[in-house]
Amino acid sequence: MEKLLSILSDLHPEIDFSSHSALIDEGVLDSFDIVTIIADVDDAYGLSIPAAEIVPENFNSALALFSLIRRLS
Amino acid sequence: MINVLEYLDDAAKSLPNKLAYSDGKHGLTFFQVQMLSRAIGTFLMRMGHKRIPVVILMERSSNTIAAFWGAVCAGCAYVPVDPEMARNRIEGVFESLKPAVVIYEEKTSLLLSTLDYHGAAYNFTVMTQTEIDDKALAGIRQSAIDTDLLYIVYTSGSTGKPKGVAASHRSVIDYIESLSDVLGFSQDTVFGNQTPLYVDACLKELYPTLKFGATTYLIPKELFMFPVRLIEYLNTHRINTICWVVSALTILSGTGALENNTLDHLRTVAFGSEVFPQAQLALWRKALPKARFINLYGPTECTGMSCWYEVKRDFAPGEPVPIGQPFRNTRVMLLNGDSQVTKPGLEGEICIAGASLTLGYYNDEEKTASVFTQNPLNKSYRELIYRSGDIGMLNDSGELVFCSRRDLQIKHMGHRIELGELESAAAALAGVVRAVCVYDTEKNKLVLFISGTATAAQTMVYLKEHLPRYMHPNAVIPLKEFPLTMNGKIDRTELLSIYKGR
Repeated sequence: MEKLLSILSDLHPEIDFSSHSALIDEGVLDSFDIVTIIADVDDAYGLSIPAAEIVPENFNSALALFSLIRRLS
Repeated sequence: MINVLEYLDDAAKSLPNKLAYSDGKHGLTFFQVQMLSRAIGTFLMRMGHKRIPVVILMERSSNTIAAFWGAVCAGCAYVPVDPEMARNRIEGVFESLKPAVVIYEEKTSLLLSTLDYHGAAYNFTVMTQTEIDDKALAGIRQSAIDTDLLYIVYTSGSTGKPKGVAASHRSVIDYIESLSDVLGFSQDTVFGNQTPLYVDACLKELYPTLKFGATTYLIPKELFMFPVRLIEYLNTHRINTICWVVSALTILSGTGALENNTLDHLRTVAFGSEVFPQAQLALWRKALPKARFINLYGPTECTGMSCWYEVKRDFAPGEPVPIGQPFRNTRVMLLNGDSQVTKPGLEGEICIAGASLTLGYYNDEEKTASVFTQNPLNKSYRELIYRSGDIGMLNDSGELVFCSRRDLQIKHMGHRIELGELESAAAALAGVVRAVCVYDTEKNKLVLFISGTATAAQTMVYLKEHLPRYMHPNAVIPLKEFPLTMNGKIDRTELLSIYKGR
Protein backbone atom coordinates (compact mmCIF):
# COMPACT_ATOMS: atom_id res chain seq x y z
CA MET A 1 0.00 0.00 0.00
CA GLU A 2 2.91 2.33 0.71
CA LYS A 3 4.23 2.02 -2.83
CA LEU A 4 0.78 2.88 -4.13
CA LEU A 5 0.43 5.89 -1.85
CA SER A 6 3.74 7.23 -3.04
CA ILE A 7 2.66 6.84 -6.69
CA LEU A 8 -0.51 8.76 -5.92
CA SER A 9 1.10 11.49 -3.84
CA ASP A 10 3.66 12.13 -6.58
CA LEU A 11 0.71 13.16 -8.72
CA HIS A 12 -1.22 15.07 -6.09
CA PRO A 13 0.91 15.84 -3.03
CA GLU A 14 -1.89 18.07 -1.75
CA ILE A 15 -4.40 15.22 -1.39
CA ASP A 16 -4.66 12.88 1.61
CA PHE A 17 -5.08 9.61 -0.23
CA SER A 18 -5.47 7.54 2.93
CA SER A 19 -8.90 9.06 3.55
CA HIS A 20 -10.22 10.39 0.22
CA SER A 21 -12.92 8.18 -1.26
CA ALA A 22 -14.31 10.12 -4.21
CA LEU A 23 -11.23 10.67 -6.34
CA ILE A 24 -13.11 10.21 -9.60
CA ASP A 25 -16.52 11.53 -8.57
CA GLU A 26 -14.99 14.77 -7.30
CA GLY A 27 -12.65 15.12 -10.24
CA VAL A 28 -9.37 14.80 -8.31
CA LEU A 29 -8.07 12.30 -10.83
CA ASP A 30 -8.39 12.92 -14.54
CA SER A 31 -7.37 11.03 -17.66
CA PHE A 32 -3.76 12.23 -17.42
CA ASP A 33 -3.58 10.77 -13.91
CA ILE A 34 -5.21 7.47 -14.80
CA VAL A 35 -2.71 6.87 -17.59
CA THR A 36 0.17 7.64 -15.23
CA ILE A 37 -1.19 5.45 -12.45
CA ILE A 38 -1.67 2.48 -14.78
CA ALA A 39 1.92 2.79 -16.02
CA ASP A 40 3.33 3.26 -12.50
CA VAL A 41 1.40 0.32 -11.07
CA ASP A 42 2.78 -1.78 -13.90
CA ASP A 43 6.30 -0.63 -12.99
CA ALA A 44 5.96 -1.03 -9.23
CA TYR A 45 3.88 -4.20 -9.00
CA GLY A 46 4.62 -5.81 -12.36
CA LEU A 47 0.98 -6.13 -13.27
CA SER A 48 -1.12 -4.54 -15.94
CA ILE A 49 -4.61 -3.52 -15.01
CA PRO A 50 -6.97 -4.97 -17.64
CA ALA A 51 -9.27 -2.56 -19.45
CA ALA A 52 -12.37 -4.11 -17.92
CA GLU A 53 -11.10 -3.12 -14.46
CA ILE A 54 -10.42 0.49 -15.43
CA VAL A 55 -13.75 1.76 -14.14
CA PRO A 56 -14.54 4.61 -11.72
CA GLU A 57 -15.27 2.26 -8.79
CA ASN A 58 -11.72 0.95 -8.79
CA PHE A 59 -10.13 4.40 -8.79
CA ASN A 60 -12.27 6.32 -6.35
CA SER A 61 -9.98 5.65 -3.41
CA ALA A 62 -6.47 4.41 -2.75
CA LEU A 63 -7.99 1.51 -0.86
CA ALA A 64 -10.18 0.47 -3.79
CA LEU A 65 -7.18 0.63 -6.09
CA PHE A 66 -5.09 -1.35 -3.65
CA SER A 67 -7.75 -4.06 -3.38
CA LEU A 68 -7.75 -4.25 -7.15
CA ILE A 69 -3.98 -4.68 -7.19
CA ARG A 70 -4.21 -7.42 -4.55
CA ARG A 71 -6.95 -9.16 -6.48
CA LEU A 72 -4.88 -9.07 -9.68
CA SER A 73 -1.62 -10.15 -8.05
CA MET B 1 -13.04 30.10 -52.27
CA ILE B 2 -12.32 33.06 -50.03
CA ASN B 3 -14.05 32.54 -46.69
CA VAL B 4 -14.48 29.42 -44.53
CA LEU B 5 -18.16 30.30 -44.07
CA GLU B 6 -18.71 29.12 -47.64
CA TYR B 7 -18.32 25.59 -46.26
CA LEU B 8 -21.03 26.28 -43.68
CA ASP B 9 -23.38 27.88 -46.22
CA ASP B 10 -23.14 24.87 -48.53
CA ALA B 11 -23.74 22.35 -45.74
CA ALA B 12 -26.67 24.31 -44.30
CA LYS B 13 -28.21 24.48 -47.77
CA SER B 14 -27.78 20.85 -48.82
CA LEU B 15 -28.12 19.10 -45.44
CA PRO B 16 -29.93 21.54 -43.12
CA ASN B 17 -31.31 18.92 -40.75
CA LYS B 18 -28.27 16.72 -40.46
CA LEU B 19 -26.45 16.65 -37.13
CA ALA B 20 -23.26 18.70 -37.41
CA TYR B 21 -21.78 18.73 -33.90
CA SER B 22 -22.82 16.88 -30.78
CA ASP B 23 -21.39 15.67 -27.50
CA GLY B 24 -23.71 12.66 -27.65
CA LYS B 25 -26.49 14.38 -25.69
CA HIS B 26 -26.73 17.92 -27.00
CA GLY B 27 -26.12 18.70 -30.62
CA LEU B 28 -26.74 21.17 -33.41
CA THR B 29 -27.77 20.62 -37.03
CA PHE B 30 -26.08 22.52 -39.84
CA PHE B 31 -29.12 24.78 -40.05
CA GLN B 32 -28.94 25.52 -36.34
CA VAL B 33 -25.22 26.20 -36.48
CA GLN B 34 -25.81 28.63 -39.32
CA MET B 35 -28.71 30.41 -37.59
CA LEU B 36 -26.84 30.76 -34.29
CA SER B 37 -23.70 32.05 -35.92
CA ARG B 38 -25.57 34.51 -38.12
CA ALA B 39 -27.46 35.84 -35.12
CA ILE B 40 -24.19 36.31 -33.25
CA GLY B 41 -22.61 37.88 -36.32
CA THR B 42 -25.51 40.33 -36.64
CA PHE B 43 -25.22 41.22 -32.95
CA LEU B 44 -21.48 41.93 -33.18
CA MET B 45 -21.95 43.91 -36.37
CA ARG B 46 -24.65 46.08 -34.76
CA MET B 47 -22.34 46.78 -31.83
CA GLY B 48 -19.84 48.09 -34.35
CA HIS B 49 -17.21 45.34 -34.00
CA LYS B 50 -15.34 44.75 -37.21
CA ARG B 51 -12.11 42.94 -38.13
CA ILE B 52 -11.00 42.43 -34.52
CA PRO B 53 -10.29 39.31 -32.45
CA VAL B 54 -13.22 38.16 -30.31
CA VAL B 55 -12.51 35.99 -27.28
CA ILE B 56 -14.86 33.02 -26.98
CA LEU B 57 -14.74 32.24 -23.27
CA MET B 58 -16.78 29.04 -23.28
CA GLU B 59 -16.44 25.38 -22.43
CA ARG B 60 -16.05 22.71 -25.12
CA SER B 61 -19.50 22.30 -26.74
CA SER B 62 -21.43 22.64 -30.01
CA ASN B 63 -22.51 26.14 -28.97
CA THR B 64 -18.89 27.18 -28.68
CA ILE B 65 -18.29 26.15 -32.28
CA ALA B 66 -21.32 28.20 -33.37
CA ALA B 67 -19.85 31.15 -31.45
CA PHE B 68 -16.57 30.80 -33.38
CA TRP B 69 -18.40 31.23 -36.66
CA GLY B 70 -20.58 33.92 -35.18
CA ALA B 71 -17.45 36.01 -34.81
CA VAL B 72 -16.45 35.12 -38.37
CA CYS B 73 -19.90 36.12 -39.72
CA ALA B 74 -19.23 39.61 -38.34
CA GLY B 75 -15.91 39.70 -40.20
CA CYS B 76 -14.04 39.20 -36.93
CA ALA B 77 -11.65 36.46 -35.79
CA TYR B 78 -12.24 34.03 -32.93
CA VAL B 79 -9.91 33.36 -30.03
CA PRO B 80 -10.90 30.23 -28.10
CA VAL B 81 -10.34 30.46 -24.35
CA ASP B 82 -11.50 27.52 -22.26
CA PRO B 83 -11.71 27.73 -18.43
CA GLU B 84 -9.72 24.48 -18.48
CA MET B 85 -6.67 26.46 -19.67
CA ALA B 86 -5.95 27.59 -16.08
CA ARG B 87 -5.97 31.06 -14.73
CA ASN B 88 -2.40 32.07 -15.44
CA ARG B 89 -2.64 31.11 -19.11
CA ILE B 90 -5.97 32.91 -19.49
CA GLU B 91 -4.48 36.04 -17.94
CA GLY B 92 -1.50 35.70 -20.27
CA VAL B 93 -3.83 35.49 -23.28
CA PHE B 94 -5.73 38.61 -22.22
CA GLU B 95 -2.44 40.44 -21.65
CA SER B 96 -1.04 39.53 -25.06
CA LEU B 97 -4.28 39.98 -26.97
CA LYS B 98 -5.74 43.04 -25.23
CA PRO B 99 -9.19 42.01 -26.46
CA ALA B 100 -12.06 44.45 -26.86
CA VAL B 101 -14.84 41.84 -27.02
CA VAL B 102 -15.55 38.67 -25.07
CA ILE B 103 -18.40 36.22 -25.62
CA TYR B 104 -19.16 34.21 -22.48
CA GLU B 105 -21.80 31.78 -21.23
CA GLU B 106 -23.45 31.25 -17.83
CA LYS B 107 -20.79 28.76 -16.82
CA THR B 108 -17.94 31.17 -17.45
CA SER B 109 -19.45 34.46 -16.24
CA LEU B 110 -17.95 34.14 -12.78
CA LEU B 111 -14.50 33.50 -14.21
CA LEU B 112 -14.82 36.52 -16.50
CA SER B 113 -15.82 38.77 -13.60
CA THR B 114 -12.58 37.91 -11.78
CA LEU B 115 -10.34 38.80 -14.74
CA ASP B 116 -8.77 42.22 -15.15
CA TYR B 117 -10.89 42.96 -18.21
CA HIS B 118 -12.90 46.08 -18.93
CA GLY B 119 -14.00 45.65 -22.54
CA ALA B 120 -17.35 44.56 -23.94
CA ALA B 121 -18.76 41.26 -22.64
CA TYR B 122 -21.74 39.56 -24.26
CA ASN B 123 -23.74 36.59 -23.14
CA PHE B 124 -23.93 33.87 -25.81
CA THR B 125 -27.60 33.10 -25.19
CA VAL B 126 -28.62 36.74 -25.39
CA MET B 127 -26.71 37.19 -28.63
CA THR B 128 -28.41 34.23 -30.28
CA GLN B 129 -31.79 35.93 -29.90
CA THR B 130 -30.79 38.68 -32.31
CA GLU B 131 -32.82 38.96 -35.49
CA ILE B 132 -30.54 38.08 -38.40
CA ASP B 133 -29.72 40.90 -40.82
CA ASP B 134 -29.01 39.00 -44.04
CA LYS B 135 -28.22 42.06 -46.07
CA ALA B 136 -25.66 43.43 -43.65
CA LEU B 137 -23.96 40.04 -43.28
CA ALA B 138 -23.80 39.70 -47.05
CA GLY B 139 -22.13 43.09 -47.18
CA ILE B 140 -19.48 41.97 -44.71
CA ARG B 141 -18.81 38.86 -46.77
CA GLN B 142 -18.62 40.90 -49.95
CA SER B 143 -15.67 42.86 -48.62
CA ALA B 144 -13.84 39.85 -47.15
CA ILE B 145 -10.48 38.71 -48.50
CA ASP B 146 -8.86 35.35 -47.87
CA THR B 147 -5.89 36.79 -45.98
CA ASP B 148 -8.25 38.13 -43.29
CA LEU B 149 -7.57 36.89 -39.78
CA LEU B 150 -9.69 33.83 -38.90
CA TYR B 151 -8.51 32.75 -35.46
CA ILE B 152 -5.75 33.06 -32.89
CA VAL B 153 -4.74 30.06 -30.80
CA TYR B 154 -2.35 30.34 -27.91
CA THR B 155 0.56 28.03 -27.36
CA SER B 156 3.29 27.68 -24.75
CA GLY B 157 6.02 30.35 -24.84
CA SER B 158 9.50 29.77 -23.43
CA THR B 159 9.60 32.97 -21.38
CA GLY B 160 6.35 32.14 -19.64
CA LYS B 161 4.22 34.34 -21.88
CA PRO B 162 1.89 32.44 -24.21
CA LYS B 163 2.27 33.03 -27.95
CA GLY B 164 -0.80 33.69 -30.08
CA VAL B 165 -0.57 32.04 -33.49
CA ALA B 166 -2.77 33.99 -35.92
CA ALA B 167 -4.19 32.18 -38.95
CA SER B 168 -6.01 33.47 -42.01
CA HIS B 169 -8.89 31.99 -43.99
CA ARG B 170 -6.42 31.25 -46.79
CA SER B 171 -4.17 29.04 -44.69
CA VAL B 172 -7.07 27.14 -43.14
CA ILE B 173 -8.73 26.51 -46.50
CA ASP B 174 -5.41 25.36 -47.95
CA TYR B 175 -4.86 23.01 -45.02
CA ILE B 176 -8.38 21.58 -44.95
CA GLU B 177 -8.41 20.91 -48.69
CA SER B 178 -5.05 19.09 -48.55
CA LEU B 179 -5.85 17.17 -45.37
CA SER B 180 -9.21 16.04 -46.75
CA ASP B 181 -7.53 14.70 -49.89
CA VAL B 182 -5.17 12.58 -47.83
CA LEU B 183 -7.62 11.30 -45.25
CA GLY B 184 -10.49 10.81 -47.70
CA PHE B 185 -13.33 12.40 -45.77
CA SER B 186 -16.87 12.30 -47.13
CA GLN B 187 -20.46 12.94 -46.13
CA ASP B 188 -20.44 9.57 -44.34
CA THR B 189 -17.53 10.55 -42.12
CA VAL B 190 -18.36 10.51 -38.42
CA PHE B 191 -15.57 12.14 -36.45
CA GLY B 192 -14.78 11.46 -32.81
CA ASN B 193 -13.08 14.64 -31.60
CA GLN B 194 -10.69 14.21 -28.72
CA THR B 195 -8.74 17.48 -28.61
CA PRO B 196 -9.78 20.70 -26.90
CA LEU B 197 -11.24 23.48 -29.05
CA TYR B 198 -8.49 25.92 -28.06
CA VAL B 199 -5.75 24.11 -30.00
CA ASP B 200 -5.33 23.88 -33.77
CA ALA B 201 -5.74 20.09 -33.65
CA CYS B 202 -9.54 20.46 -33.66
CA LEU B 203 -9.48 22.06 -37.12
CA LYS B 204 -9.23 18.51 -38.49
CA GLU B 205 -12.80 17.82 -37.41
CA LEU B 206 -14.51 21.22 -37.25
CA TYR B 207 -13.89 22.30 -40.84
CA PRO B 208 -14.17 19.03 -42.80
CA THR B 209 -17.50 18.52 -41.00
CA LEU B 210 -18.76 21.63 -42.79
CA LYS B 211 -16.98 20.96 -46.07
CA PHE B 212 -18.47 17.47 -46.46
CA GLY B 213 -21.63 17.72 -44.39
CA ALA B 214 -20.14 15.13 -42.04
CA THR B 215 -20.78 14.85 -38.28
CA THR B 216 -18.45 15.44 -35.35
CA TYR B 217 -18.96 14.05 -31.86
CA LEU B 218 -17.10 15.96 -29.16
CA ILE B 219 -16.16 13.00 -26.98
CA PRO B 220 -16.56 13.94 -23.28
CA LYS B 221 -13.07 14.03 -21.88
CA GLU B 222 -13.93 11.88 -18.83
CA LEU B 223 -14.30 8.95 -21.21
CA PHE B 224 -10.58 9.00 -21.87
CA MET B 225 -10.14 7.65 -18.34
CA PHE B 226 -12.20 4.53 -18.91
CA PRO B 227 -11.28 2.56 -22.04
CA VAL B 228 -14.27 0.22 -22.21
CA ARG B 229 -16.71 3.11 -21.93
CA LEU B 230 -14.80 4.99 -24.59
CA ILE B 231 -15.14 2.07 -26.98
CA GLU B 232 -18.86 1.87 -26.20
CA TYR B 233 -19.20 5.55 -27.03
CA LEU B 234 -17.37 5.14 -30.35
CA ASN B 235 -19.62 2.21 -31.28
CA THR B 236 -22.88 3.83 -30.14
CA HIS B 237 -22.29 6.88 -32.29
CA ARG B 238 -20.87 4.88 -35.20
CA ILE B 239 -17.68 6.93 -35.18
CA ASN B 240 -15.51 5.93 -38.13
CA THR B 241 -12.75 8.53 -38.15
CA ILE B 242 -10.49 9.68 -35.34
CA CYS B 243 -7.59 12.11 -35.33
CA TRP B 244 -6.23 11.72 -31.82
CA VAL B 245 -3.01 12.41 -30.04
CA VAL B 246 -0.94 9.31 -29.50
CA SER B 247 -1.47 9.29 -25.74
CA ALA B 248 -5.24 9.05 -26.26
CA LEU B 249 -4.82 6.11 -28.64
CA THR B 250 -2.60 4.26 -26.20
CA ILE B 251 -5.32 4.43 -23.55
CA LEU B 252 -7.08 1.79 -25.63
CA SER B 253 -4.09 -0.21 -26.85
CA GLY B 254 -2.00 -0.03 -23.69
CA THR B 255 -4.75 -1.35 -21.43
CA GLY B 256 -5.63 -4.34 -23.56
CA ALA B 257 -9.02 -2.80 -24.35
CA LEU B 258 -8.58 -3.48 -28.05
CA GLU B 259 -8.20 -7.20 -27.49
CA ASN B 260 -11.51 -7.89 -25.79
CA ASN B 261 -13.70 -5.24 -27.39
CA THR B 262 -14.44 -4.54 -31.02
CA LEU B 263 -14.53 -1.17 -32.69
CA ASP B 264 -17.33 -1.74 -35.13
CA HIS B 265 -17.11 1.30 -37.38
CA LEU B 266 -13.64 2.75 -37.15
CA ARG B 267 -11.88 2.90 -40.51
CA THR B 268 -9.53 5.89 -40.41
CA VAL B 269 -7.09 6.52 -37.58
CA ALA B 270 -4.90 9.59 -37.85
CA PHE B 271 -2.42 10.46 -35.17
CA GLY B 272 0.35 12.89 -34.60
CA SER B 273 1.94 15.44 -32.34
CA GLU B 274 4.06 12.70 -30.81
CA VAL B 275 6.01 9.63 -31.78
CA PHE B 276 3.76 6.55 -31.75
CA PRO B 277 5.49 3.71 -29.87
CA GLN B 278 5.86 0.83 -32.34
CA ALA B 279 4.38 -1.82 -30.09
CA GLN B 280 1.24 0.25 -29.50
CA LEU B 281 0.81 0.98 -33.18
CA ALA B 282 1.15 -2.74 -33.90
CA LEU B 283 -1.69 -3.49 -31.45
CA TRP B 284 -3.92 -1.01 -33.23
CA ARG B 285 -3.13 -2.43 -36.64
CA LYS B 286 -3.84 -5.92 -35.40
CA ALA B 287 -7.18 -4.86 -33.92
CA LEU B 288 -8.22 -2.99 -37.05
CA PRO B 289 -6.58 -4.75 -40.00
CA LYS B 290 -8.77 -2.98 -42.56
CA ALA B 291 -8.38 0.54 -41.21
CA ARG B 292 -6.03 3.19 -42.55
CA PHE B 293 -3.40 4.54 -40.17
CA ILE B 294 -1.91 7.88 -40.97
CA ASN B 295 0.87 9.68 -39.13
CA LEU B 296 0.58 13.47 -39.28
CA TYR B 297 3.17 16.08 -38.51
CA GLY B 298 3.05 19.84 -38.41
CA PRO B 299 3.56 22.93 -36.29
CA THR B 300 0.72 25.24 -35.18
CA GLU B 301 2.56 28.02 -37.04
CA CYS B 302 1.71 26.27 -40.32
CA THR B 303 -2.00 26.05 -39.43
CA GLY B 304 -2.27 22.38 -38.60
CA MET B 305 -0.42 19.52 -40.17
CA SER B 306 2.17 19.82 -42.91
CA CYS B 307 3.24 16.23 -43.60
CA TRP B 308 1.64 12.81 -43.72
CA TYR B 309 2.64 9.20 -43.87
CA GLU B 310 0.34 6.24 -44.32
CA VAL B 311 1.45 3.19 -42.36
CA LYS B 312 1.54 0.20 -44.68
CA ARG B 313 4.54 -1.79 -43.54
CA ASP B 314 6.17 -3.02 -40.35
CA PHE B 315 9.07 -1.14 -38.89
CA ALA B 316 12.55 -2.23 -37.89
CA PRO B 317 13.12 -2.24 -34.12
CA GLY B 318 13.78 1.32 -33.00
CA GLU B 319 12.79 2.78 -36.35
CA PRO B 320 10.51 5.78 -35.90
CA VAL B 321 7.30 6.00 -37.92
CA PRO B 322 8.20 8.45 -40.72
CA ILE B 323 6.36 11.73 -41.13
CA GLY B 324 6.54 10.98 -44.82
CA GLN B 325 5.88 13.73 -47.31
CA PRO B 326 4.43 17.23 -47.34
CA PHE B 327 0.77 17.85 -48.13
CA ARG B 328 -0.13 19.15 -51.55
CA ASN B 329 0.80 22.84 -51.89
CA THR B 330 3.29 22.58 -49.01
CA ARG B 331 7.06 22.39 -49.42
CA VAL B 332 9.49 21.13 -46.83
CA MET B 333 13.20 21.90 -46.88
CA LEU B 334 15.81 20.56 -44.51
CA LEU B 335 18.32 23.32 -43.91
CA ASN B 336 21.63 22.95 -42.12
CA GLY B 337 23.47 25.49 -39.98
CA ASP B 338 24.76 27.26 -43.10
CA SER B 339 21.20 27.60 -44.41
CA GLN B 340 21.92 25.12 -47.17
CA VAL B 341 19.78 22.12 -48.04
CA THR B 342 21.23 19.08 -46.26
CA LYS B 343 22.45 16.06 -48.18
CA PRO B 344 20.19 12.97 -48.07
CA GLY B 345 20.72 11.03 -44.87
CA LEU B 346 21.90 14.09 -42.93
CA GLU B 347 19.90 16.00 -40.37
CA GLY B 348 18.56 19.49 -40.93
CA GLU B 349 15.97 21.90 -39.59
CA ILE B 350 12.51 21.31 -40.99
CA CYS B 351 11.56 24.51 -42.82
CA ILE B 352 8.13 24.87 -44.37
CA ALA B 353 6.81 26.99 -47.24
CA GLY B 354 3.36 27.29 -48.74
CA ALA B 355 -0.06 28.88 -48.35
CA SER B 356 -0.56 27.06 -45.05
CA LEU B 357 1.90 29.36 -43.29
CA THR B 358 0.00 31.36 -40.71
CA LEU B 359 0.26 35.13 -40.28
CA GLY B 360 2.66 34.75 -37.34
CA TYR B 361 2.40 35.65 -33.67
CA TYR B 362 -0.24 38.19 -32.73
CA ASN B 363 1.14 41.41 -31.25
CA ASP B 364 4.70 40.10 -31.48
CA GLU B 365 6.48 41.27 -34.57
CA GLU B 366 9.93 40.44 -33.26
CA LYS B 367 9.18 36.81 -32.48
CA THR B 368 7.34 36.47 -35.79
CA ALA B 369 10.33 37.80 -37.72
CA SER B 370 12.68 35.40 -35.95
CA VAL B 371 10.97 32.24 -37.26
CA PHE B 372 9.01 33.37 -40.33
CA THR B 373 11.98 34.33 -42.46
CA GLN B 374 12.97 34.88 -46.05
CA ASN B 375 13.94 31.61 -47.74
CA PRO B 376 17.76 31.86 -47.57
CA LEU B 377 18.00 30.08 -50.92
CA ASN B 378 15.99 32.78 -52.66
CA LYS B 379 17.74 36.11 -53.09
CA SER B 380 15.42 37.39 -55.81
CA TYR B 381 11.94 37.92 -54.38
CA ARG B 382 9.96 37.68 -51.15
CA GLU B 383 9.40 34.06 -50.18
CA LEU B 384 8.60 33.24 -46.58
CA ILE B 385 9.49 30.02 -44.84
CA TYR B 386 8.72 28.91 -41.31
CA ARG B 387 11.72 27.62 -39.38
CA SER B 388 10.16 24.99 -37.13
CA GLY B 389 13.04 24.24 -34.78
CA ASP B 390 12.33 20.56 -35.44
CA ILE B 391 15.22 18.51 -36.76
CA GLY B 392 14.49 15.94 -39.45
CA MET B 393 16.13 13.88 -42.16
CA LEU B 394 15.27 11.80 -45.19
CA ASN B 395 15.56 8.04 -44.69
CA ASP B 396 16.80 5.57 -47.29
CA SER B 397 13.39 5.44 -48.94
CA GLY B 398 13.28 9.23 -49.26
CA GLU B 399 10.70 9.58 -46.50
CA LEU B 400 10.92 12.44 -44.08
CA VAL B 401 11.67 11.41 -40.47
CA PHE B 402 11.41 13.56 -37.36
CA CYS B 403 14.60 13.33 -35.26
CA SER B 404 14.59 15.83 -32.38
CA ARG B 405 14.07 19.40 -31.19
CA ARG B 406 16.63 22.17 -31.36
CA ASP B 407 15.61 23.64 -27.99
CA LEU B 408 13.75 22.81 -24.79
CA GLN B 409 10.40 22.39 -26.41
CA ILE B 410 8.80 19.00 -25.81
CA LYS B 411 5.62 17.14 -26.65
CA HIS B 412 3.76 15.72 -23.69
CA MET B 413 0.43 13.90 -24.02
CA GLY B 414 0.04 15.51 -27.43
CA HIS B 415 0.63 19.04 -26.20
CA ARG B 416 3.52 21.27 -27.07
CA ILE B 417 5.29 22.59 -24.00
CA GLU B 418 8.22 24.94 -23.52
CA LEU B 419 10.00 23.66 -20.42
CA GLY B 420 11.01 27.28 -19.84
CA GLU B 421 7.38 28.27 -19.30
CA LEU B 422 6.94 25.64 -16.62
CA GLU B 423 10.20 26.68 -14.98
CA SER B 424 9.35 30.35 -14.88
CA ALA B 425 5.87 29.62 -13.53
CA ALA B 426 7.40 27.59 -10.67
CA ALA B 427 10.08 30.20 -9.99
CA ALA B 428 7.33 32.77 -9.46
CA LEU B 429 6.30 30.97 -6.26
CA ALA B 430 7.80 32.51 -3.12
CA GLY B 431 10.04 29.89 -1.56
CA VAL B 432 11.26 28.51 -4.89
CA VAL B 433 14.82 29.64 -5.57
CA ARG B 434 15.44 27.70 -8.70
CA ALA B 435 13.23 25.48 -10.84
CA VAL B 436 14.40 23.20 -13.62
CA CYS B 437 12.20 20.88 -15.58
CA VAL B 438 13.27 17.76 -17.45
CA TYR B 439 11.31 15.36 -19.59
CA ASP B 440 11.61 11.60 -19.35
CA THR B 441 10.82 10.62 -22.93
CA GLU B 442 10.77 6.91 -22.14
CA LYS B 443 7.97 7.14 -19.61
CA ASN B 444 6.48 10.44 -20.75
CA LYS B 445 7.01 12.08 -17.39
CA LEU B 446 7.37 15.78 -16.79
CA VAL B 447 9.62 16.17 -13.77
CA LEU B 448 10.25 19.44 -11.96
CA PHE B 449 13.21 19.94 -9.66
CA ILE B 450 13.12 22.83 -7.21
CA SER B 451 15.46 24.32 -4.64
CA GLY B 452 14.48 26.62 -1.80
CA THR B 453 12.08 26.36 1.11
CA ALA B 454 8.94 25.46 -0.84
CA THR B 455 7.73 21.88 -0.50
CA ALA B 456 6.72 19.60 -3.36
CA ALA B 457 3.07 19.83 -2.31
CA GLN B 458 3.08 23.65 -2.16
CA THR B 459 4.69 23.85 -5.57
CA MET B 460 2.28 21.38 -7.10
CA VAL B 461 -0.76 23.18 -5.71
CA TYR B 462 0.58 26.48 -6.99
CA LEU B 463 1.30 25.13 -10.46
CA LYS B 464 -2.13 23.55 -10.71
CA GLU B 465 -3.64 26.97 -10.21
CA HIS B 466 -1.34 28.66 -12.66
CA LEU B 467 -0.74 26.30 -15.55
CA PRO B 468 -2.95 24.43 -18.01
CA ARG B 469 -3.64 20.84 -17.02
CA TYR B 470 -1.32 19.31 -19.57
CA MET B 471 1.63 21.25 -18.13
CA HIS B 472 1.26 19.95 -14.58
CA PRO B 473 4.43 18.06 -13.69
CA ASN B 474 4.16 14.34 -12.93
CA ALA B 475 6.50 14.80 -10.00
CA VAL B 476 8.08 17.68 -8.10
CA ILE B 477 11.42 16.87 -6.49
CA PRO B 478 13.06 19.26 -4.03
CA LEU B 479 16.88 19.37 -4.18
CA LYS B 480 19.35 21.09 -1.89
CA GLU B 481 21.74 21.73 -4.76
CA PHE B 482 21.49 21.37 -8.49
CA PRO B 483 24.09 19.24 -10.30
CA LEU B 484 26.20 21.32 -12.69
CA THR B 485 28.00 20.52 -15.91
CA MET B 486 31.68 21.34 -16.48
CA ASN B 487 30.61 24.69 -17.92
CA GLY B 488 28.65 25.49 -14.79
CA LYS B 489 25.27 25.02 -16.44
CA ILE B 490 22.56 22.97 -14.78
CA ASP B 491 23.14 19.36 -15.75
CA ARG B 492 19.79 18.26 -17.13
CA THR B 493 21.05 14.81 -18.02
CA GLU B 494 22.11 14.24 -14.44
CA LEU B 495 18.72 15.48 -13.21
CA LEU B 496 17.04 12.93 -15.42
CA SER B 497 19.14 10.14 -13.96
CA ILE B 498 18.38 11.36 -10.41
CA TYR B 499 14.70 10.98 -11.28
CA LYS B 500 15.13 7.60 -12.90
CA GLY B 501 17.17 6.34 -9.97
CA ARG B 502 14.50 7.17 -7.42
